[in-house]
Amino acid sequence: MADKLDQIFVNVLHWLVSFLPEALRPLASALVCIAFILMVFPLIFSLTTIFERKGLGRIQNRYGPNRVGIPFTKIRLAGFGQFLPDGIKMLTKEDVVPRAADKVVHFLAPIVMLIPVLLTYSVLPFGKNMTLADYDAGLLFFLAVGGAVEVSVFMAGWSSRNKYSLLGAMRAIAQMVSYEIPLILSAVTVVMIVGSLNLSQIVAHQNQYTCGIAHWFVFTPWGLVGFLLFFIASLAESNRTPFDLPEAESEIIAGYFTEYSGFKFALFFLGEYLGMFAIIGLGITLFLGGWTSPVSFLTWIPSWIWFLTKMMAIVFVFIWIRGTLPRLRMDQLMNLAWKFMLPLALINILVAGIWHYMAADWQRWLVCSAIIFGAYVILGRGLMANQKLGLRVYKFAE
Amino acid sequence: MSPFFIITAVVTLLGAVFAMSLRNLVHCALAMAVAFSGVAAMFLQLDAQFAGFAEILVYVGAIAILIVFAILLTRSGETPEKSVLTSGWWAGIAVTAMVFTILGWAILSSSAVPKDLPAAPVATVKNIGDALMTKYVLPLEIIGLVLTAAMIGAVIIALKEDKKDNSGGEQ
Amino acid sequence: MLGEQIIKGMAVTAKNFFGSYVSKDRLTTVQYPEERLPQKYHTRQFPMLVFDGDPEKGLRCVACTICEKECPPKCIYIVKSKDKKPDYKGQPQLYPAVFDIDISVCMSCQICVEVCPFESIKMNTEFELSTDDRFEGLLFHKEQLAKSNEFYHQLHPDDAKDSDAVLAAEKAKAEAKAKAAAEAKIKAEAEAKAKAAAVAAAAPVGAPPANPPTPPPAAK
Repeated sequence: MADKLDQIFVNVLHWLVSFLPEALRPLASALVCIAFILMVFPLIFSLTTIFERKGLGRIQNRYGPNRVGIPFTKIRLAGFGQFLPDGIKMLTKEDVVPRAADKVVHFLAPIVMLIPVLLTYSVLPFGKNMTLADYDAGLLFFLAVGGAVEVSVFMAGWSSRNKYSLLGAMRAIAQMVSYEIPLILSAVTVVMIVGSLNLSQIVAHQNQYTCGIAHWFVFTPWGLVGFLLFFIASLAESNRTPFDLPEAESEIIAGYFTEYSGFKFALFFLGEYLGMFAIIGLGITLFLGGWTSPVSFLTWIPSWIWFLTKMMAIVFVFIWIRGTLPRLRMDQLMNLAWKFMLPLALINILVAGIWHYMAADWQRWLVCSAIIFGAYVILGRGLMANQKLGLRVYKFAE
Repeated sequence: MSPFFIITAVVTLLGAVFAMSLRNLVHCALAMAVAFSGVAAMFLQLDAQFAGFAEILVYVGAIAILIVFAILLTRSGETPEKSVLTSGWWAGIAVTAMVFTILGWAILSSSAVPKDLPAAPVATVKNIGDALMTKYVLPLEIIGLVLTAAMIGAVIIALKEDKKDNSGGEQ
Repeated sequence: MLGEQIIKGMAVTAKNFFGSYVSKDRLTTVQYPEERLPQKYHTRQFPMLVFDGDPEKGLRCVACTICEKECPPKCIYIVKSKDKKPDYKGQPQLYPAVFDIDISVCMSCQICVEVCPFESIKMNTEFELSTDDRFEGLLFHKEQLAKSNEFYHQLHPDDAKDSDAVLAAEKAKAEAKAKAAAEAKIKAEAEAKAKAAAVAAAAPVGAPPANPPTPPPAAK
């Protein structure tokens, strides 16, 4: 019974596709999966915007939206219907294109942002046997296509013919490129241990249990550090606080998408949040065991519910961090990426290698934890010593 | 010549042609990015997954951005007044076609090109990784060295401008 | 160590988040139309006219137009009446036939209250006055402005008591003056009558009077 619930989507897909002749079946199955992803993830996006507003509100000692439930009725579902009027608002706003803007590039930028992000959903395993396209080099596909988002950021910033948009776009690209390196290097440790770039195999590797606890990679020293690095890098890739300088309202109005309004803004917004979900999904797959359950006596809960739960848990932590931390300045951001996270990621690879080749007993825990902890403390001291707090020294104003 | 190949080829060629002939330089760079993704699609069609994904990761994700940054930081991107094609462009095409035909006929009829192609090697990621680590490890290490040298050189170039302006500023 | 302040910060925010469901001082929002914060004692919004008893006959305002002259943005418009009616002291006074305050102009400076000698214009605290009529809806006439003394007591009990005391003192003074005037008059009448009687008694009975007796002063 638990197994049936687990495979319910797969079974429904097979039943739907069985109505068609043999030749059309792969195409139809792909189309149904795509439709499913396109329905589910924007819905999760809408719920996340509400959770974010209400969560941030509660952290800041106020209610979030709490009046709109079902529109046109007086039913207040504690404000959870807010995304419907918000969506309608975004769709009906006037689409303002600056007169000097480059029309074609301005039009294409949100589309070029959205398509790679949607493509990345095709390799994530949402549950057991629930991957749309199980490539041999699935992780590489994800990282490659995720990197194509930077082109759209540039297109958006440049086509607006607005100095501040361009500045925001340059900052955003610099940030994304810088943080891709710790992202990829921390994913490389997982690939080293598993020996494959295939995401389903990575999950299967974590599907073993020792005394009730799963073999998630986050429960190992290198995996914990790798997960933290991946987490911070994914905060930076999605332009979320504390790394949201390119799009902070109090800094640069909206950065590279200042000149967008109406539906194109909605597409950017959607693309950003969908990118956030995708990269969280990858982090879950690599480090938190994908669709597996953490303890062996809870394996009866369906796999896709575990995936969704883990994703929403990490989304809540993202929201929590957004409510807590102030924004990093551009140079602080870059210092963090290049002077702290990159060396730590490289040392993490070394530690993962040591873990792999040592015998499986308590010594390897001690050695690996010691190396990582020492590196963290030294790098942290180095980063904090670099802060020049004090009177500012001017270059030209003397 | 499946229809998918034709579409991909047309997209790639159009991207390449636009990359040469558009007047706005940033448009050219973006058309080049389209051409790169067309090439990646062709790699994927030939079932070379690693090459295709690496093409997107490296070319579209990094090199296109690099070119765009270079354009932005060196010129203001005004569109030129007259067309980039000279008036005698049809003569250029004629000459190009003649040279291409002669070279192609020469190469195809030489003995350097094998007549029967061997079976395509299985290019899974595992095989590529094994080959990189055993047969091609020397080129890999040399490439690593070259990249490191390039990065250090870039840092030194950026650093020199800073040192020239002031004596130990805040960055 | 790098990062421990971040963890401490996140603990504080988590406490805020969970505490906002439990304790009231971590969620200080007042959901406005359903709940309202109690207003402070000395709140003031727009003026009102106080009456004792009857809104027409007990209106304290005597149309002296001091408030109209002192009002800085000139938002009060008064037209005096043609006839008089008795006020709280019993004396006939004018009353305002038209008393308009334009609350879109009024800046709640309370100068009209400070200068009124008759304790008749006071400040009201009602602020939910929004209307969709920009002209008539924001021009308050005498009928809307007239509020009873009991209402004023409810609003600002101490101030109302003070102004009642002032009015009572004025009334007592006026009554005392009236009584003194009445007493003085009676005394003067009695004196005059005594003087007339004394003059009549002092003159001889048969002799012709030296001068015709002055007629007694007509008692008014």
